[in-house]
Amino acid sequence: MGNKQTIFTAQQLFYRYRDLAPQLVPLDYTNHPDVKLPYELIGSMPELKDNPFRQRIAEVFSEDGQGNMTLDDFLDMFSVLSEMAPRDLKAYYAFKIYDFNNDDFLCKSDLEKTLNKLTRNELTEEEVRMVCEKVIDEADLDNDGRLSLEDFQHMIVRAPDFLSTFHIRI
Amino acid sequence: MQLTHHTPALQDTRTHLHVLFLWQRTYLDEAPACDAEDAAAVRSIKACSSIRLQLTSPLDAAGSLCEGIQDHERKMPRDSLIPSENDTDIELDFAGEDDFQEAHERKKHRGQRRDTDREKKRRKNSRRKEASSSADREKELQPRHKKTERSRRRSAKNEQETKRSKRDEEGRGQTTRRKTAKTKKNIKNEKTKKTDDEMEGEAGERNEKGKKKHGSAKKGERKEGGSEHVAKEKTQVKKKKKRHKKVVETSSDQETSEEGDDEENANEDEEVRPESLSPEELEKLKEAVDEKKKLIQSLRGKPWLMKKKLVTLRESQEFVEKYEGALGKGKGRKLYAYKVMMTKRWMKFQRDFENFKTACIPWEMKIKEIESHFGSSVASYFIFLRWMYGINMILFGLTFGLVMVPEALMGRPYGTIPRKTVPRAEEASAMDFAVLWDFKGYAQYSVLFYGYYNNQRAVGWLKFRMPLSYFLVGVGTVAYSYMVVIRTMARNANESGIGDDNSFNFSWKTFTSWDYLIGNPETADNKFASITTSFKEAILEEQESRKDDNIHLTRFLRVLANFLVLCCLAGSGYLIYFVVRRSQKFTLDGLENHTWWERNEVNMVMSLLGMFCPMLFDVISTLENYHPRVALQWQLGRIFALFLGNLYTFIIALMDEINLKREEEKIVKFNITTWEASLYNGTVSGNFTAPPVTIHPADVPRGPCWETMVGQEFVRLIISDTMTTYITLLIGDFLRAVLVRFLNYCWCWDLEAGFPSYSEFDVSGNVLGLIFNQGMIWMGAFYAPCLPALNVLRLHVSMYLQCWAVMCCNVPQERVFKASGSNNFYMAMLLVILFLSTLPAIYTIVTIPPSFDCGPFSGKNRMFDVIQETLESDFPAWFSKVFSYASNPGLVLPFILLMVLAIYYLQSTSKSYKQANVELKKKLQMQNEENKKKNKRAALKAQLDLEEARKEASQAGELQKNNNASIQSQEADEENHSRNPRIYHGRNGRGPPPFTDREPSTRGPVSRNYHHGNLSTPRYLPGFSQQSDPTTYRASNLQNP
Repeated sequence: MGNKQTIFTAQQLFYRYRDLAPQLVPLDYTNHPDVKLPYELIGSMPELKDNPFRQRIAEVFSEDGQGNMTLDDFLDMFSVLSEMAPRDLKAYYAFKIYDFNNDDFLCKSDLEKTLNKLTRNELTEEEVRMVCEKVIDEADLDNDGRLSLEDFQHMIVRAPDFLSTFHIRI
Repeated sequence: MQLTHHTPALQDTRTHLHVLFLWQRTYLDEAPACDAEDAAAVRSIKACSSIRLQLTSPLDAAGSLCEGIQDHERKMPRDSLIPSENDTDIELDFAGEDDFQEAHERKKHRGQRRDTDREKKRRKNSRRKEASSSADREKELQPRHKKTERSRRRSAKNEQETKRSKRDEEGRGQTTRRKTAKTKKNIKNEKTKKTDDEMEGEAGERNEKGKKKHGSAKKGERKEGGSEHVAKEKTQVKKKKKRHKKVVETSSDQETSEEGDDEENANEDEEVRPESLSPEELEKLKEAVDEKKKLIQSLRGKPWLMKKKLVTLRESQEFVEKYEGALGKGKGRKLYAYKVMMTKRWMKFQRDFENFKTACIPWEMKIKEIESHFGSSVASYFIFLRWMYGINMILFGLTFGLVMVPEALMGRPYGTIPRKTVPRAEEASAMDFAVLWDFKGYAQYSVLFYGYYNNQRAVGWLKFRMPLSYFLVGVGTVAYSYMVVIRTMARNANESGIGDDNSFNFSWKTFTSWDYLIGNPETADNKFASITTSFKEAILEEQESRKDDNIHLTRFLRVLANFLVLCCLAGSGYLIYFVVRRSQKFTLDGLENHTWWERNEVNMVMSLLGMFCPMLFDVISTLENYHPRVALQWQLGRIFALFLGNLYTFIIALMDEINLKREEEKIVKFNITTWEASLYNGTVSGNFTAPPVTIHPADVPRGPCWETMVGQEFVRLIISDTMTTYITLLIGDFLRAVLVRFLNYCWCWDLEAGFPSYSEFDVSGNVLGLIFNQGMIWMGAFYAPCLPALNVLRLHVSMYLQCWAVMCCNVPQERVFKASGSNNFYMAMLLVILFLSTLPAIYTIVTIPPSFDCGPFSGKNRMFDVIQETLESDFPAWFSKVFSYASNPGLVLPFILLMVLAIYYLQSTSKSYKQANVELKKKLQMQNEENKKKNKRAALKAQLDLEEARKEASQAGELQKNNNASIQSQEADEENHSRNPRIYHGRNGRGPPPFTDREPSTRGPVSRNYHHGNLSTPRYLPGFSQQSDPTTYRASNLQNP
């Protein structure tokens, strides 16, 4: 958190990755060691630890889908969540993050999970149900009762705050 | 105001990041899957990947990014260093060009090469050929997959040698025989190879992974490396020399080292001779290359896994690198290389420049840090503060450079004329701190205030037109401020122009309300709370749009609240007026015999009002029961009105004082004439030749100079305002935080969570304070040129103090006012303030004659007479004539009329555009709804049809129970089929009409039913009736945006 930089380099990212577990990650990556950091370490990064979607983020970007990340995955994550990633890419990954059951659609259960994470279960079930209905009503263009990637992108690119909030600074 | 302008720089860096690691990975782990690379070569590449990764990344400067990583890789164990391969050599040579130093440091690596130059060249040639002969490649790949790494290396080396010579000959023969056919084949090969590789790549990867775990392989390598080390040492010196030569020769290229490219080009001359290609083929090749290039560029935006990106990037880069050379010929190629080099340099320069620009933005890091703690709304205040600082810097530059410095340097020095001297009566106390703090004494008679300036038309050897400059700077500051504010507003409006529709209210709340920047648990807690409340509000609003409860009561309460607020405003206005009048009385009596409070009453009262009235308004606004956002805007509007009212009362009181001073001035003027006359009469009785009596300027009686008085008042106001702000900050925030933190250990209730808690950072209040402060600057800057300087100082201190206060003793506010939406609200307020503060200034300039014995315009009837004077004496005669014609009302009035008409026209066009926009939006929405309805209807109909068909089928089944079972099976079949389309439709509404494939299978059983003739007449032919469905689908799909 100390050095907030607009521009972070691959090198810095590597060190950040390594600092998470110096005993696991070698300094020498020439032979491409097969190192994976478990989700517990990734999720405890200060940039992620307060994020309600940290588990999803780790899962989406990790190759194994369990949140255990290689250096590649780690780089991938921060490049997508960096300020200069293109909007469409961000939208794609945002969709994946909110798609909790990995079925390529945002259905009601996904929305409910999102809402509960966003509000820490403060909303009543009634309210959650209503919001879900409204969301689907607003964004579902093909009327299949759930949001496809196209629906999501169509909605999210018009959001005024999406780009300014969907990034992480290291 | 948003920091969008960094993005190019950031994007570049991002490219770096990607590309860099793409390359690193490419050569690290994809190596075995490489197309036709010899196994040994592959390993060598792996060994030198650290070098390569620096040099071969398409964006050259990427090298600097990975220096750190390289550092470590420099330390990497020897074992991975496999004896010299051509690639290493090339890469290192290139390094010599790019950053020589590092290359020097790595000579250890280089020293481990032992191959002769000739061999290298041969290998290189062979490598070029490899791509063209896929059969060979296949042969080679076969053993590679089977053998372990260790054995593979040995065998591959042998294989390599033999194959290379064979292939060389083969390739040459081929190229001479059929050149045109060859290129075609090359392209084809490239394509097939790619697909092959993609499959092989995966297998290779898996192999590789398994192998890596094989520690034994590594050990073997290490041993070998050690033995070879000695041999390599010998050739080291030779190599170095050669490298230097090459450095001179090479010109940088993008995809690979230049050296490699050159030779490659030479090779391609054999393979693909451009002259021998027909134009169409050339065209095709060009297209393919362009396509690949595009792919490389857009790779960044592809949502693929890193590994896939790596493979694709490498392949397309190889393709481009291979065939790009074929497109240019002879001289064209050199030109092309030069062009590539220049674009690369240019890009590097641009990126560096952007980085430099980003680094130059003041307080960027501070603001980012705050942003990540408190979210974007608090950061928006600091960005606003910085923006203000920038504007004030420019205002300060104008006044300082064009008014204060010339007068101080070139004007007559202090003490030469009465207006530049402290009067005798004040001399004794002129240096006291209390006096200076009130901006009297020496401060009053200095460049800081209007009165000090001389009315000398031109000062110094530059003949600087001081009064004119003074006037123009006054006008210029206002004009510049208008321009900046309006431009910013327009830009903000442009940015947020699309975002104001409310059609995705809930979706946006769900998917974009979490600020991923938040990295602080407290902020996160607050964010959760604010999101929850915003959802609840939205739900309430949604429900409220349906019902309406007791409108009369709310209306009454709102009216009452407004009445109360108006009372407050009027009361505060009267209080200020009263205090100002009283203070005038005190001044007339002489300030010495009054207490500190009586002397500072005005400022104190204004500050206190500014502090407590907003709280009162807050209490009153609870009566109104508005939506929080609306309530916030009301609150802001009321505080705005309060400040404005106070300011204007102050100004009106000031006007009274000006009038008083002018009365006084008249008396003084009369006295002076009599005094002068008496002076002359008394000393020089009738003798005109005697030298005039010299009187010390301090003794000359002088007028009250109302302009300086006005300037002083504003400066005092600013100072007291600043002090109040800082003191409230220290007491209200810091002291409170300290108390809460440390008393919490020994208190009855939880202070942190309970009553006092920590203070919030009040964004809107702070922004308002800033805006009013700026308004006062604009108002007073004409009479006190030092005001912008003071303000710059104030803002500078504010920046640090508030940053510190926010970070150490504030908690984020619960009511989050979104930064993006409120920006223009603030700007609009700023514009209003600007207008309102220029009004009195312009009024005084135009209507009140300047003092007779102070300031740059003394002796003139009005201040703006200085323009006329300049026109008459400094410009040729015709110019002033033209100007007088132009300023003729007959010309000016039509011109103004024309402007008004133009404004009217533009406004009406924009209105119509807006209307059209709204109409279109409505149309789109309607279409959407219609589509939905249509879809629903179609789905319903399909379901009905299906049910009917099923019923019929079951009926038929019942009737023909004893018939063959095939019907039943078919029925089941039908059911399956009829269910499938629905699923299909559900999954992809835009896909092809799903019912088409249903026809044959459904028609089967039904037609059979028909054939049996045991059904009622309204026959249903599912395939037939649903024929219409696809068309509706298609139509609706087309309409979807």
